[in-house]
Amino acid sequence: MASNPQTTASGSTPGEMSGADILVESLIREGVEVLFGYPGGASMEMHQSLTRSNIQVVLCRHEQGEIFAAEGYAKASGKVGVCMATSGPGATNLVTGLADAKMDSVPLVAITGQVSTAVIGRDAFQETPIIEVTRQITKHNYLVDRIEDIPRVVKEAFFIASSGRPGPVLVDIPKNVQQSVCVPDFPETVSIRSYTPNQLHASRAQIQEVAQAILESKRPLIYAGGGIVTADASEELREFARKTRIPVAQTLMGLGVFPQTDPQSLQMLGMHGSVYANYAINHADLLLAFGVRFDDRVTGKLEEFCKHGRIVHIDIDPSEINKNKVAHLPIVSDIKYALQELNSIVVPGDYQVWCDEIETWREKHPFTYKDVEDVILPQYAIEMLYKMTDGKAIISTGVGQHQMWAAQFYPFDEPRRWLTSGGLGAMGFGLPAALGAQLAFPDALVVDIDGDGSFAMNVQELATLYAEKIPVKTMILNNQHLGMVVQWEDRFYKSNRGHTFIGDPEAAQAHEDMNIPPSHAIFPDYVAIAKGFRVPAERAERKEDLVPAIDRMISSNGPYLLDVVVPYQEHVLPMIPSGMTFADIITE
Amino acid sequence: MTQKHTISALVENHFGVLCRVAGLFSSRGFNIDSLSVGETEDPSISRMTIVVGGDDSVLEQVVKQLDRLIDVIRVIDITQGAFVERELMLVKVKADTSTRAEIIQIAEVFRAHIVDVCPRSMTIEVTGKNDKIQAIIGMLSSFGIEEIARTGTVALLRDSATQ
Repeated sequence: MASNPQTTASGSTPGEMSGADILVESLIREGVEVLFGYPGGASMEMHQSLTRSNIQVVLCRHEQGEIFAAEGYAKASGKVGVCMATSGPGATNLVTGLADAKMDSVPLVAITGQVSTAVIGRDAFQETPIIEVTRQITKHNYLVDRIEDIPRVVKEAFFIASSGRPGPVLVDIPKNVQQSVCVPDFPETVSIRSYTPNQLHASRAQIQEVAQAILESKRPLIYAGGGIVTADASEELREFARKTRIPVAQTLMGLGVFPQTDPQSLQMLGMHGSVYANYAINHADLLLAFGVRFDDRVTGKLEEFCKHGRIVHIDIDPSEINKNKVAHLPIVSDIKYALQELNSIVVPGDYQVWCDEIETWREKHPFTYKDVEDVILPQYAIEMLYKMTDGKAIISTGVGQHQMWAAQFYPFDEPRRWLTSGGLGAMGFGLPAALGAQLAFPDALVVDIDGDGSFAMNVQELATLYAEKIPVKTMILNNQHLGMVVQWEDRFYKSNRGHTFIGDPEAAQAHEDMNIPPSHAIFPDYVAIAKGFRVPAERAERKEDLVPAIDRMISSNGPYLLDVVVPYQEHVLPMIPSGMTFADIITE
Repeated sequence: MTQKHTISALVENHFGVLCRVAGLFSSRGFNIDSLSVGETEDPSISRMTIVVGGDDSVLEQVVKQLDRLIDVIRVIDITQGAFVERELMLVKVKADTSTRAEIIQIAEVFRAHIVDVCPRSMTIEVTGKNDKIQAIIGMLSSFGIEEIARTGTVALLRDSATQ
């Protein structure tokens, strides 16, 4: 077992270990239990060491799958996700996941093998300068060219990934460094003079100012984001909202930080957020922006966003303050600390008039859709899944219409149950992310709500589900199109189809003529594909088939795929077109 | 308001830090006017002096984004305080017997040094603030400038102004 350096397989001098063994021992010392990997020439030395450790190695079937799985694991558990790839194409296949983790602040350590130091820069087989490639899409990265540095670098990597505003750290280790030996010195603590994220606390005066602003406000609103999840500050936010009685709107990344089934919740805001949340932003006289970054999908036209309100912005990342929207009260702080301090001084306000106004908007414009008898609408399928899982499943998604519908029709009462690629919008995220979350919570029900386009992008991970016996359920909302792009084509490009049909070209006309194509025209045959991966699967096409099929899916013991055929003509509503304002909201 | 700002960043003297900083500027759409880098009194630390144009909000973002890099120890916009800044230029100018004396005179006025002379040209070394460098270029251009090499600005805060 590698946790005892004396008994590892390397070295003849007492205490001497190989670089690969030192790496694995360093991972164990960081508490790593699961690692998602795919070996190759430059990383196999480390995989050899892993076979001698207690770390569970999950062999994903593509490096993009493994890094999304590590993200899913991290998002669901709050722990650092760890993945490992070989040099060259193995490393470049991690790029999308690194960019995703950077955008969504996911704590992640990616370890890559590199060609030996003697041949670096000589275009060796499977050589890419992955440090150069990933510089702008990692929080930090390291090329470890001395074996003695491995323990310190790994310790720093985990510290950087998980502290402050979390993010991905890549550690690139040349093969000869993995193979050489030394007597390692494992540091107990980490000290980086240029990085001290734990000192970011709001001052007493700043907290007083926020409390005062709340006292002066008649129409306050909380705009809560992913920072609350990251800071593990959901309880503090709930206490704050209940004490002050201020309504809560949540971002896509913040769904679940406040119970969405609570009447005080205004659901999601932004482009496909609720009408009432977006109206409330525009009418608020005080916006409490907690752990958010004023993303363009939230704000639309920046100058018009929350035009009438003062803005309190609390975030741990100083660069987010005043980046997109100037805050009247900018505060750099750990949000958990700031909320704890606020909770000790805030008092209930009387916002009855304001809340009544919001209620009239809510009654007039709930999240809704026009249900039909003969076909399964995607919104209906998600609603049924919500009901049949009591809203308690961990849900992952791909990117597109199905993702937005899942955000609208599967309300979350707890954080870390919603795994989605928000900032980057990386299709193919759903299945591997679900797989990662299931490893963090083996007994939970984990469902990937996916689109047929997104699902196809990492379909190979069905093999991982089977081989590792991971009981992830996948519900594909299959409309044979890239639905979100189709929606934009319908709204802004006169329905001209620019390569957005992904079904069988031979059956394209059938799609145009009918709401739902005949069964034999659906392409590809995901049930047959799943069976090829030994994952049980079925297709639901008629409305009466849906509920029994969902029931079979969620009551199965292993992985399961349910391919739900839905019409492609549905649009995600409401919708604020890109760069526009709440006044331009489209509701039908 | 768009103006020039001189930013001084103390960074870890590591391999690759310059790439990190330069890459940050290009990926965030900030334009660098000049960048110079060298070791400080502490060999483990380098100082980068970056001249960048932009309004106050751009500057605020530049400084914050730099500060966010793990290898950056401290960043200051030294244009905020009293500071000294210097640039070094080597300029090769056409010179023959009829113009040599005049060029030497100009160099003396600018307290520049003649570092190389040959029958057809002279090379002059000049240090100073950016406007002085521009001024001597203006004076020499009528003789015919053959080549220029400039370092970019380096700068330090003046202690005399703060004490």
